Amino acid sequence: MTLHNKHLALVGALAAGLAQFAGAAQAQEQEKCFGVAMAGENGCAAGPGTTCAGTASVDYQGNSWTLVPAGTCAEIDLPAMADGTPRMGSLEPLMRDLPKG
Amino acid sequence: MSGQGVFASALLGPELPRPETLRDPSGSRATRRFDVYRNNVAVALTEALAAAFPVVQRLVGETYFAAMARDFARAHPPRSPVMALYGAELPGWIERFPPLAALPYLPEVARIEQARREASQAADAAPLDPRALAGLSPAELAANAPRPHPATRCLRTRHAALAIWGRNAERPDLAQSPPGEVLITRPALSLRLRAAPSGTGATLRALARGAPLGSALPQDADHAAIFACLFTAGALVPQGDPEP
Repeated sequence: MTLHNKHLALVGALAAGLAQFAGAAQAQEQEKCFGVAMAGENGCAAGPGTTCAGTASVDYQGNSWTLVPAGTCAEIDLPAMADGTPRMGSLEPLMRDLPKG
Repeated sequence: MSGQGVFASALLGPELPRPETLRDPSGSRATRRFDVYRNNVAVALTEALAAAFPVVQRLVGETYFAAMARDFARAHPPRSPVMALYGAELPGWIERFPPLAALPYLPEVARIEQARREASQAADAAPLDPRALAGLSPAELAANAPRPHPATRCLRTRHAALAIWGRNAERPDLAQSPPGEVLITRPALSLRLRAAPSGTGATLRALARGAPLGSALPQDADHAAIFACLFTAGALVPQGDPEP
């Protein structure tokens, strides 16, 4: 491709990109109202201070090497992937791999 | 080890003895009060990490997260008193943490959360209005060099980490996002996350080096899709804007 044609291709891509941008502009105005800004991330969060949780008990028994994750990772059922990659997120293999608690 | 070093390691090592040299004003050695104090430190760091990585916490559960956070805090004690920045090493730490090897998407989800933190803390800047580019001649357009917005981050995910994040962060609009590139930015007061077309990260890296549009876009990529993604997200600032 000559330099001139390359530049023309860039102009074409820009025009196509701009068309999509114009279409999305209205949706974006609405996006603000839904407030996807993160709670507590206004830069003045100094972090948690002294808490009742800390003073209520002297609690050190937690050991992540012997625990099994129990949150929503157990429920993850991903949309099947286009390339046939198997679904993931089941707790089953995780429990197999863990050292005996 | 210095007195301070003993104090600091005992603070993050619950199984270590209380520091010998630590005395109260009457000269007595540290008691269980020191245990309460160091437990407070562990709880505070755990809560700071939970606030920063809420989806990772949801994925593994509160109990697991708390135990994991304490292991992490011992390996990576805070280097700054600013807890809003604490935990940047957590995604890499999760990746190397053998008990979590069966959740290969977890480090990627953590990277998304870390990028959101970075974007929320980044400098403000007015994003490029792409319509300003429409008036340029083809040669001027090719020579124009917008730069990434200070809040812009682009990650490559091998797993559907954005979909997992969306499902656990009440963003059902992202629940079907495929694996691939993820764009995170904050053109004004709201964070934006989206799946990005292949080549977006490479384009941003080239623009960050100062490359003009004529050479910044990878050859075998969908240039219109990359333009649309970067413009719609507000991920660029105009050429010549002063460094933040």
